[in-house]
Amino acid sequence: MANEGKIYRISGPVVTAIGMEASMYDVVRVGDEGLMGEVIELHGEKAVIQVYEDTSGIRPGEPVINTKETLSVALGPGLLTQIYDGIQRPLPTLEAEMGYFIKRGLDADAFDMEKKWTFNPVASAGDAVQGGQVIGEVQETETIVHKIMIPPGVSGTIKSIESGDFNVTENIAVLEDGTEIQMLQKWPVRTPRPYTQKYAPDTPLITGMRILDFLFPLAKGGAAGIPGPFGSGKTVTQQSLAKFSDAQIVVYIGCGERGNEMTEVLDEFPHLIDPNTGKPLMNRTVMIANTSNMPVAAREASVYTGITIAEYFRDMGYDVALMADSTSRWAEAMREISSRLEEMPGEEGYPAYLSSRIAEFYERAGRVNSLGGDDGSVTVIGAVSPPGGDISEPVSQGTLRIVKVFWGLDAGLARQRHFPAINWLNSYSLYPPSLNQWYRDNIAQDFPEIRTEISTLLQIESELQEIVQLVGSDALPVDQQLTLEVARMIREYFLQQNGFHDVDASCEINLVYKMAKAILTFQTAAKAAMAAGAQLEDITGVPSRSTLMRGKFEASYVDDIEEMVATMVKEIEATVEDN
Amino acid sequence: MAGKEYRTITDVKGPLVFLEKTEPVAFGEIVTLKLSNGTIKNGQVLDTSDDLVVVQVFEGTAKVDRNTGVTFMGDVFKLPVSTDLVGRILDGAGRPRDGGPEIVAEEKADIIGEAINPFSRKSPHDFIQTGISAIDCCTTLVRGQKLPIFSASGLPHNDIALQIARQAKLKDSDEEFIVVFCAMGITAEEYNYFRSDLERTGALENAVLFVNLADDPAVERIITPRLALTAAEYLAFEKDYHVLVIYTDMTNYCDALRQIGAAREEVPGRRGYPGYMYTDLAMLYERAGIIKGKKGSITQFPILTMPGDDITHPIPDLSGYITEGQIVISRELYQQGIYPPINVLPSLSRLMGSCIGAKTTREDHKSVSDQMYAAYAQGRELRGLVAIVGEDALNERDKQLLDFSGVFEDKFLRQGQDEDRSIDDTLDLCWDLMSSISTKYLVRLDQKWIEKYHPDNRA
Ligand SMILES: Nc1ncnc2c1ncn2[C@@H]1O[C@H](COP(=O)(O)OP(=O)(O)OP(=O)(O)O)[C@@H](O)[C@H]1O
Ligand SMILES: [Mg+2]
Repeated sequence: MANEGKIYRISGPVVTAIGMEASMYDVVRVGDEGLMGEVIELHGEKAVIQVYEDTSGIRPGEPVINTKETLSVALGPGLLTQIYDGIQRPLPTLEAEMGYFIKRGLDADAFDMEKKWTFNPVASAGDAVQGGQVIGEVQETETIVHKIMIPPGVSGTIKSIESGDFNVTENIAVLEDGTEIQMLQKWPVRTPRPYTQKYAPDTPLITGMRILDFLFPLAKGGAAGIPGPFGSGKTVTQQSLAKFSDAQIVVYIGCGERGNEMTEVLDEFPHLIDPNTGKPLMNRTVMIANTSNMPVAAREASVYTGITIAEYFRDMGYDVALMADSTSRWAEAMREISSRLEEMPGEEGYPAYLSSRIAEFYERAGRVNSLGGDDGSVTVIGAVSPPGGDISEPVSQGTLRIVKVFWGLDAGLARQRHFPAINWLNSYSLYPPSLNQWYRDNIAQDFPEIRTEISTLLQIESELQEIVQLVGSDALPVDQQLTLEVARMIREYFLQQNGFHDVDASCEINLVYKMAKAILTFQTAAKAAMAAGAQLEDITGVPSRSTLMRGKFEASYVDDIEEMVATMVKEIEATVEDN
Repeated sequence: MAGKEYRTITDVKGPLVFLEKTEPVAFGEIVTLKLSNGTIKNGQVLDTSDDLVVVQVFEGTAKVDRNTGVTFMGDVFKLPVSTDLVGRILDGAGRPRDGGPEIVAEEKADIIGEAINPFSRKSPHDFIQTGISAIDCCTTLVRGQKLPIFSASGLPHNDIALQIARQAKLKDSDEEFIVVFCAMGITAEEYNYFRSDLERTGALENAVLFVNLADDPAVERIITPRLALTAAEYLAFEKDYHVLVIYTDMTNYCDALRQIGAAREEVPGRRGYPGYMYTDLAMLYERAGIIKGKKGSITQFPILTMPGDDITHPIPDLSGYITEGQIVISRELYQQGIYPPINVLPSLSRLMGSCIGAKTTREDHKSVSDQMYAAYAQGRELRGLVAIVGEDALNERDKQLLDFSGVFEDKFLRQGQDEDRSIDDTLDLCWDLMSSISTKYLVRLDQKWIEKYHPDNRA
């Protein structure tokens, strides 16, 4: 058999070729237009191919050519600030080549192959090097230094290494055995990049969202799932994380979602300032946009393209955060391809391997010691879009089995315009035990205890609410009325955070702590005043309490809050005398 | 072009025809079938190989037999487009239905359409005033948005859609919309209602209608919206028009999709609908938007009836996952005699934030909208409590909110079918109604707007 065969059958994105030598995951060119595809099944002399572009108009008998490569991404300087489709074609290049609509059959380099980058070696001739080792640096964007690494699997002694301006395909170093090293590397997307060791996470990814940082923290190198019905806030949450989290690199995958949402990110990010560096956010971002109406096979590939890029930056020692919105669309792409293959379906028509694919994907998250010896991490945050909002379905369940953080979005809260609409009663994080030390050392000794107090209050509130539904709140004893008032303060003042507010969209972790503390201070002061005979209404009505609560919308809040709390305590004490 | 005629049909199943021993046939190729009695039917290739071709027949397979002649037309489905489309009425497969001549093509456009490059899109931000208070204030429509109406059988969604079509305009601008109307499986009566309303207002001259009625072939409904959107794209992105696409009823479209899936013996997804229905619907809904550097736009207003009034049914559910919000029609409000019976609580316009405020609508819009929504939501919730504990158990604040919820429905929601309220009137009305609540409970209103707009301070 040869490297070239012929099309035997076409069924949507799935094409069968005959008479072609092929192995699994070979990249092939399909038809007269050379559409890109990947071998996903072999049957005797037939190879089944998923095609990354629309197949209408293609006929049996047209040629199929095997490139003998596996589906890979290009890695090197030039990745940052890019926006790609699911198979790493830059969308601006596609626009330049074929206009405003995505047509098919176009190849495009992942980044500028001609651009000269200034390469500064950090290794010298005579050094023994091995795969993953950093041999030099390139200032890729204003804020990010791109480390140039020996590709995994290559090792030897450097014969020569040069500094100067190079494009990504020029040799920057040569090893004794003649191996030539360029800045450009390729890596097959379905294979995790190797590392030396995986560590248990011990540092939180600070997100700027109070409910996450305080109640349900995610660790750097951890994985979180955000399931929720339509309109509940998955995308707004993911975008907030992309904007405000303290990751050094962000890979944002729009997987089978709306075109306009990607446009919004594209419009916004170049103007938004990265809170950690003071420079435009785009400098640390790579985007992948394979929207719902773009080919499903490329949607299937998009999450792998994204995570491979994330691992590559991890290997340089960066903390990378990857958002995938929505992993359900990825799963549906698998389902569609699988049904075209006439595979035996598992639950709800999804392929039987769904949960193992989900697990493999999230397993690529982690905090590692890289081959080059640096510590880096990939944190993965996956949105899940369960039909009808019911998370008993296979994608949600497959996700929840593997991730350690569950941020459950709630249609009811969204309808009440309580944002972020994360349900505090059923969400969870399994990371606090490994992160508590970090919080004690870096924020406050009693941080974990304060967290417990706040979440206990929310639990009690939900029990009391059941009684209130039956008898009205006035029928409760005053101490319980106070508890309800405190819990309301937690919800409205602390948990609610408008993702679009100029100031409050992101909250620094020290301030998060102070706000939680302020609520407990209110509770203590109120209890004392009530014990001394003050009325609950007078206590809750002190003007300084609303000043405190409204203060979160002001930029100077972090400096003013302590004084505001002190004033509130004084006014509450005064309610005793007024009585 | 058209090849030779084959009489090699082996199987016929539901809307599908299977045949063998053909020339190499393209995926998606258009097919004509000539029945023994001379009838012509049309179809499209769904699966093609050296041995077997599967064709989906738009008109259904009644009377198709082994002697039916099948000809492959050499190309995928294309719609002849030109500005002559404007003012025309076509059937569900794009043929004239108004007795007029065939459309003379300026070009022929593939009806599947290509995805707009996300990098080439422009974010929608122009406020469309519909003249309906509930929409303008609470779920503001933006030019280039896709905002469906989630309704149910027997509710006045058509009246609302028509009122929007009549009244929609940009504030302070005379740029007009042209309407592309797409009927899928609706009754002749409903269609006539639409048609005569468009005729009455003169909008018909500026509209293109694609009509597949309840007694027209069901499978044809798969292509009807694609024809409509292809026409819309041509008019918007080649001819600079602002196009408002109204299509109804998406539920019939989805049922046709289910029928084909069943005939192909595909593994069904939820409630028998195909697993790829999300992607399929996205291929329609995502054809809304604005492209940078182009003058025109496509705003979509799909109407769907929720089977069993159930918003978690796959049709509204998958739609909601793709569109940029939804307007939900309520049977309860309708039964209270309120028109338009829009339940603002589950309704949402995701693009609203980008089009309201001092520069576009009015500086107090956001604040007013938030407060109206919150007060109504609380008032509605209190109705449940009152049913249990009685009105006397309510405190002063709750009493005011409860009363407000009634006023909200009666004065704010309720309006005439020809009543076209400007955004200023709508917002002033909001202030008048909210003044029945003490300002101390109106915590979502900024103090500065209270000072400027509250009736107590306006005088
Ligand atoms: N944190 C937030 N702050 C303010 N508004 C929010 C927030 N989260 C969500 N919203 C509101 O809810 C709307 C829907 O949110 P979003 O688009 O994130 O939903 P989603 O869960 O991604 O829905 P879908 O599954 O349909 O994509 C937003 O347009 C916004 O109006
Ligand atoms: Mg979303």
